[in-house]
Amino acid sequence: MSRFKKNKDEGTPAISTAALPDIVFMLLFFFMVTTVMRETTLYVSVVTPKATEIKKMEKKSLVSYIYIGPPIKRMQASYGTKARIQLNDAFADVEEIQEFIATEREAKDEKEVPYMTTSIKADETVKMGIITDVKQELRKANALKINYSTRKGTY
Amino acid sequence: MARKKRGTQDINAGSMADIAFLLLIFFLVTTTMDVDTGIARKLPPMPEEEQEKPPEIHARNIYVVLVNSADQLLVEGEFLDISQLKEGAKKFINNNGNMPNLSDNPEKAIISLQNDRGTSYKMYVRVQNELAAAYNELRNDEALKQFGEPYSNLSKVNKKTIKKLYPQKISEAEPKNIESNS
Repeated sequence: MSRFKKNKDEGTPAISTAALPDIVFMLLFFFMVTTVMRETTLYVSVVTPKATEIKKMEKKSLVSYIYIGPPIKRMQASYGTKARIQLNDAFADVEEIQEFIATEREAKDEKEVPYMTTSIKADETVKMGIITDVKQELRKANALKINYSTRKGTY
Repeated sequence: MARKKRGTQDINAGSMADIAFLLLIFFLVTTTMDVDTGIARKLPPMPEEEQEKPPEIHARNIYVVLVNSADQLLVEGEFLDISQLKEGAKKFINNNGNMPNLSDNPEKAIISLQNDRGTSYKMYVRVQNELAAAYNELRNDEALKQFGEPYSNLSKVNKKTIKKLYPQKISEAEPKNIESNS
């Protein structure tokens, strides 16, 4: 009995894969922690312009986003191709921005309000008219810290 | 020897890796590692009803940049290509009273930016970017001269001194309705 066994066990032994799940789990946890699920569905298509003098945005929890761009293909049938503003999950008019800023402020701590930033995520093709209107509304709402969202890159 | 050890059997953990891989791939695909970047600006507060007369600024200290609806630049009354804007702005800011039509010193220099409602956002950001680049380069040069280190490596206090020498003053004119094709 033992004689046969000896012959069979020769050759390269299989590599133990017992630690494989551990490694994979480690990677899994890393990605789970770093994943940021997109909380808003975009109804406007936004390709931000390129710029070189950019800064990273700090304190993402204090940033409110205003999306401006032409409606996505699926929405074009009912909303046309003219650039529109999106706040949270719906299209909005310029007049609604003040209200939007007010609700954003209510959700935050009073101490954090001065540090709140509004990020304007606008498409390259958008005309300045709509942006100027948005900026005027932000001034009226006293939300003066803004950030023009851009990609890194040169022309 | 003959009695085998019964009781709870080991669960076969061979497929654990497969399950973990499945989850891993899911998260790999859904992860978006986008860091939000952008050009930070501060809007001026709304003008009050009874406003004091703003202090008079000498015309030489204002660098007028106009952008029209065809994305063309008019800088100080002259047509200028966007690629030359940075150099032009740098020359203006760092003039220190040499040329009579450019600024007295960097602290007094103000860049006045005005755009049309028909200007494309892309062009607007590009102009803002070029102006910011002009300031950043000047600050960096000054930092190298004073402290021997690039601006980004300086301590907060040193950054402040440089910032005081080169304050970024970009003024945007109150919007005017020139064209209504926005």
